[in-house]
Amino acid sequence: MNAPRNQIQFGVFFQGVNFSTIWTAPESGSQTDFESFRRVAQTAERGLFSAFFLGEGLRLREHLGRLHDLDVAGRPDAQTQLAALAAVTSKIGLVATQNATYNDPFDLAHRLQSLDLLSGGRAAWNIVTTDNAWTGENFRRGGYLDHADRYTHAEQVVETVRAVWDSWDEEGSPRLVARDFGAFDVRGTGRLPRSPQEHPVLFQAGDSDEGRDFAARTAEVIFSAHGAFEAAKTFAADMRRRTALVGRPADDLKIFPGQQFVLADTDAEAQEKARWVVEHQVTPATALAFLENVWGTSLQNYDPDGPLPDIDPVVEVTGETRGAGFRAQKTRDTVAAWRAQAEAENLSIREFVIKVGGRREGGIVGSYQSVADLLARYADEHVVDGFNVSPWLIPSGLDDIVDRLVPELQERGVYPTEYRGDTLREHLGLRPPLTRRGATTDAAQAPSLDLV
Amino acid sequence: MTARPFALAVELDGAGSHPAAARAAGLDARQVLEAARLADHLREAERAGFTAATFADSPLGSRLDAIQRSAFAGPLTSAIGLIPVAHAVYSEPFHVATQLASADFASYGRTGWIVGVDPDPRIAVAYGREAVGPEHAAATAADFIEVARRLWDSWEDDAVIRDTATWRYFDRDKVHYIDFEGASFSVKGPSIVPRPPQGQLPIFTDAASGVAGDVALVTSSAEAAVAAARDSGAALVWLELEVALDHAGLPGRERVERLDDVEPWAREGFGRYVGDAGGLVDLLAELAAQVDGVRLHPAALDGPLGGDLEELGRAVLPELRRRGIHTPPAVGATLRESIGLPASVNRYATKATA
Repeated sequence: MNAPRNQIQFGVFFQGVNFSTIWTAPESGSQTDFESFRRVAQTAERGLFSAFFLGEGLRLREHLGRLHDLDVAGRPDAQTQLAALAAVTSKIGLVATQNATYNDPFDLAHRLQSLDLLSGGRAAWNIVTTDNAWTGENFRRGGYLDHADRYTHAEQVVETVRAVWDSWDEEGSPRLVARDFGAFDVRGTGRLPRSPQEHPVLFQAGDSDEGRDFAARTAEVIFSAHGAFEAAKTFAADMRRRTALVGRPADDLKIFPGQQFVLADTDAEAQEKARWVVEHQVTPATALAFLENVWGTSLQNYDPDGPLPDIDPVVEVTGETRGAGFRAQKTRDTVAAWRAQAEAENLSIREFVIKVGGRREGGIVGSYQSVADLLARYADEHVVDGFNVSPWLIPSGLDDIVDRLVPELQERGVYPTEYRGDTLREHLGLRPPLTRRGATTDAAQAPSLDLV
Repeated sequence: MTARPFALAVELDGAGSHPAAARAAGLDARQVLEAARLADHLREAERAGFTAATFADSPLGSRLDAIQRSAFAGPLTSAIGLIPVAHAVYSEPFHVATQLASADFASYGRTGWIVGVDPDPRIAVAYGREAVGPEHAAATAADFIEVARRLWDSWEDDAVIRDTATWRYFDRDKVHYIDFEGASFSVKGPSIVPRPPQGQLPIFTDAASGVAGDVALVTSSAEAAVAAARDSGAALVWLELEVALDHAGLPGRERVERLDDVEPWAREGFGRYVGDAGGLVDLLAELAAQVDGVRLHPAALDGPLGGDLEELGRAVLPELRRRGIHTPPAVGATLRESIGLPASVNRYATKATA
């Protein structure tokens, strides 16, 4: 008898930002109506997805010093929206991206724990960090954090949040937690009992060396940008090595690359659909804005269907859509390389951005059968633990994945046929939280965070 | 002119307002927080015809976050208003404003906000901020409210244009920086959440806190107290009233005595009615001529000594409805509409061009 095949899982990322969500199609729905969120979450739950994921950006994106108006923007607060979704779902995990720099540690710990209890043990925190003073303009402390300190600070916030979660005492009074963050210090106690999954699951998405080590020490699930097979394989090997190096079992950290899927009955139809998708994602205006990010100046006089601009980039101005970063020499090099590539391949501005932007977005394109075969390979070689699906249409973007792809995967034995339990920790097959692996567990298997 | 609606709200925190309510019902720390119980109480309150449910909170004490509780309540209900307490002295105005806006989306315009103005130094140290006195706290809360109001207006209602001629998703002339500068904080804006369905969520403040909102919560229906609350700028005045009703053959007085045996129900300055449903109906009918609404704090909701919510839904609200004193909120109505506040006007709205 064959051993059961290794399986992959799906999560869904309701983005609400960036150009990969198509807002121009007739079937593009509301980005704020609760029904859009309910439909995506319930469709995902029907498809046995382990998690529903919301991002967070604490300041509206700007482009060349003005609000960036070309992409979908304006989304609900993650935890509040997930609390509402907890009422209309019963199994799926609820993942809130929350900034470690601009949330107060005690407040953050309490709200996450609150969501975890409200949802019966389905909450997770996707830890992000920034030193960005520009974002700080919306908050009391402003830009208090140096760039070099952001991961150190985030790690200290995570440690504090965990200490707050662990401070509840079932019998008597909770233990006092006091921490000094340099710029401020906090003191208090946990206010809530443990949830059915002990405490919220920790997600992380950093990709730098520092970010990867932070994830290896701290997180239980890592999102990555490495969805293509070979890249995913390399990434998994690297993360498992880093995880083992800090004394955790190598499979302690689950790997979920973000991924866009374009599916159809045949490979040819899927390719055609993929062309439609990318053309709707990269509008002529988005193509120009994409280049403006690098050139640092307005390119509105250039024809999106014409060649790349012949002017030099304005490197003194940091005219970027926030989140991307370019430095002077790197910018000049990029512009030169792009011009050369566009010229060699005879690409217009828009064609070029579709090619470059499309590559950045990745994407798995094919028939239901061929994509299922491909994903079975990911499962067999354990290249990922799952994919965080980024639908390019809201709210219908998961329909074909759930109705057509999931059954193909289940037939191949590489996708769950039921939820393993009621909590997110159970769905993901996670061990107990790092701080709660008691003395009964093999010490080598469960180091305390303090030891690493 | 149509009569101003008389609102009836019910506080749904925990197992009731009596401090012994949870213990008397045999609920432990975990059980009292259960989502299923909250959902049952919400449905019961909506069936009873209450204008709104309120959710107490404080940055101290063992409760689920009240904004999350009201967001959770949104999809479970379709008419009742949902009004959480959110603290406004040491917390971040940007976070609280966007959380409340999001709860308003999840409830299709049925969310309000009771402003928490507690200067307790233990809250200050949990946030890592300097503790302030009551006056400073009130001033901070007033700034906090101003930031929330500006953020809620920072996207105009028609800011999202989805214009395929220019490929613009929104019109940046209709999304505004708020540039608030205050003594305790400054906030740049705009909001990261578009304008909530109600535009401006109704803001409730304790009349004694010295912070002005749309609705003042008072502890006395005396003419002078109500007049003072109106003078403070509140459009509406609601009275706080504790209730313990006769239920299932047990007189309200006896229920309170038995609960008091576990832990006494201290007077917090609220009026308290203990007795039969008929007497409460008469009292509320009288009050309807004096204030714009009453928020009831039922003594106990669950267990053998509970039953106040059940009794209110069985014998009090139906009778008030029959007498034409109170009307349940309409399905799909906003909280502003249900309580009698006019539609909000956006301070940043671009003047229509002639």
